Amino acid sequence: MARTTAVPAKPVVELPDVTKRDFLQLVALAGAAVGTGAIAWPLIDSMNPSQDVLALSSIEVDLTPVVVGQGITVMWQGKPIFVRHRTATETKSAQDVQLSQLIDPQADSARVKAGHDEWIIVVGICTHLGCVPLGNKPSDPRGDWGGWFCPCHGSQYDTSGRVRHGPAPANLPVPPYAFETDSKIKIG
Amino acid sequence: MAGIQQSTFRNPVINWIDTRLPLFTMMQKEYGEFPTPKNFNYLWNFGALSMVILVIMIATGIFLAMNYQPNISMAFDSVQRIMRDVNYGWLIRYAHQNGASMFFIVVYIHIFRGLYYGSYKSPRELLWMLGVVILLIMMATAFMGYVLPWGQMSYWGATVITNLFSAFPIVGQPIVTWLWGGFSVDNPTLNRFFSLHYLLPFVLIGIVFLHVAALHIVGSNNPLGIDPKGPQDTLPFHPYYTVKDSVGLCVCLLVFAALIFFAPNLLGDPNNFIPANPLLTPSDIVPEWYLLPYYAILRAVPNKLGGVCLMFGSILILFVLPWLDTSKVRSARFRPIYRQLIWVWVLSFFVLGLVGAHKPLGWWVLTGRIATLYYFAHFLIVLPLLPRFEKTLPVPESISQPVLGGGRLPRGVPARSMENA
Repeated sequence: MARTTAVPAKPVVELPDVTKRDFLQLVALAGAAVGTGAIAWPLIDSMNPSQDVLALSSIEVDLTPVVVGQGITVMWQGKPIFVRHRTATETKSAQDVQLSQLIDPQADSARVKAGHDEWIIVVGICTHLGCVPLGNKPSDPRGDWGGWFCPCHGSQYDTSGRVRHGPAPANLPVPPYAFETDSKIKIG
Repeated sequence: MAGIQQSTFRNPVINWIDTRLPLFTMMQKEYGEFPTPKNFNYLWNFGALSMVILVIMIATGIFLAMNYQPNISMAFDSVQRIMRDVNYGWLIRYAHQNGASMFFIVVYIHIFRGLYYGSYKSPRELLWMLGVVILLIMMATAFMGYVLPWGQMSYWGATVITNLFSAFPIVGQPIVTWLWGGFSVDNPTLNRFFSLHYLLPFVLIGIVFLHVAALHIVGSNNPLGIDPKGPQDTLPFHPYYTVKDSVGLCVCLLVFAALIFFAPNLLGDPNNFIPANPLLTPSDIVPEWYLLPYYAILRAVPNKLGGVCLMFGSILILFVLPWLDTSKVRSARFRPIYRQLIWVWVLSFFVLGLVGAHKPLGWWVLTGRIATLYYFAHFLIVLPLLPRFEKTLPVPESISQPVLGGGRLPRGVPARSMENA
């Protein structure tokens, strides 16, 4: 905004570079920005998962029907979860793998619960582009490492759900879960 | 590039856009430099406030629509889910619900300003008529919006108001069946009300655009009702009225916040907390407060068709207001009798609102009829005939003259015939 400056004969007082008007304009702008943010945030946050969606964020699974060598699929947070009851051979072969041989190194003991290492529970979504790998049903192909085989692009996982053949870059993630009793787990 | 005007903004990006589509030039002309009478009072804030509230209603409405289910088996519960489970759902819902009330408060005051200061008079007749269209669309939108929660009052209000059309002979009942999409207010009705409720606010944006455009052609009225004579009578809209409007906006939002956070259900009806029951009519069927005066007019007439015609007539009469009022003086400030009688009319409007809220029994009936009579008498008798008898006060020579004084003409020049813009 242009200021008209008079030029009298007497020496003129120097006007400061930053005036009270500039300060007031800044404060007004800041106030409007804060107000806009305060109005925008509730609208944006209303699109985040609502309380009823968050309430469905944990499920309980009864393990008694899952016999040795069998795997089942349960839904948790809209995703398939593989729950497999490993045979002793499968468990041992998973534990004996050298970490240096793994694409995504992780020990089997870090992927199971202590005292329940015959149970492997992973999110059944291929870490490549999101297909659901095959391997839970006895008739499914399980890949060369006896775990799971993704038909979309050929990724293969071992009996611990670790990726052994790409193009998947990472192991099948382990969801948060806990054993409530020896035959019941709570996921989430 | 021979035909294109080169814009002269300092910022190269803005200049590039503006040369090809002069949005910034337009904004600067219409809301930056626009010469606005310098004697506005706060009643002139209310148009801008209406625009802000319209934006708030659209924003909250869009986010509510993300979670609302327009099916009779799910509608009521979806609103409860919004209130309880959706993050800030309670805030968005209360803002939308009370925003509707705020919208009508602000628009009614805006209309009052027009009535008092003669803003409907030439050359602003079309501007005024566009405003009446806006009012009608607002009422339709609000009515349909109230049906959506599918409470008792939603259902029965919808039944009563849609049944109005059956008053028309021959075509009446087919129209009602067509509106319902069935043989009573039911799922098809709810679904289509949701679609139209989402649509009309955007139609409203278009009409508001025309309303403001019409205003900018003729320029704003002002409390003295006389035309600006030159730059000494006006101020650039920015920063004077942007700042003044911001102050008014803060007060408006304060009232809005007080409603939302301290009395969110003050203006609502408790019956709407009960899910709709087609087999049980509530003992009192009332529309929302802003429709009460028209409801009272509807019920004042003992004849069904008469009541419907008079109710619609009470708003349609506003279209011809510029031709009903024969006064040569615009502003009520210089019309000593009119400026008192208009308050009687305002009183009749409030009385009608009160009457609409009560069952039509006892002396409410007579009161409603008297108030209805006065409502129409103001437009059909007072406005056309009063100017014949009323001695208007002398109108100032210009907007600046009473303040700056002097000038070659003596003060207190008798009222002249209305100037053209």
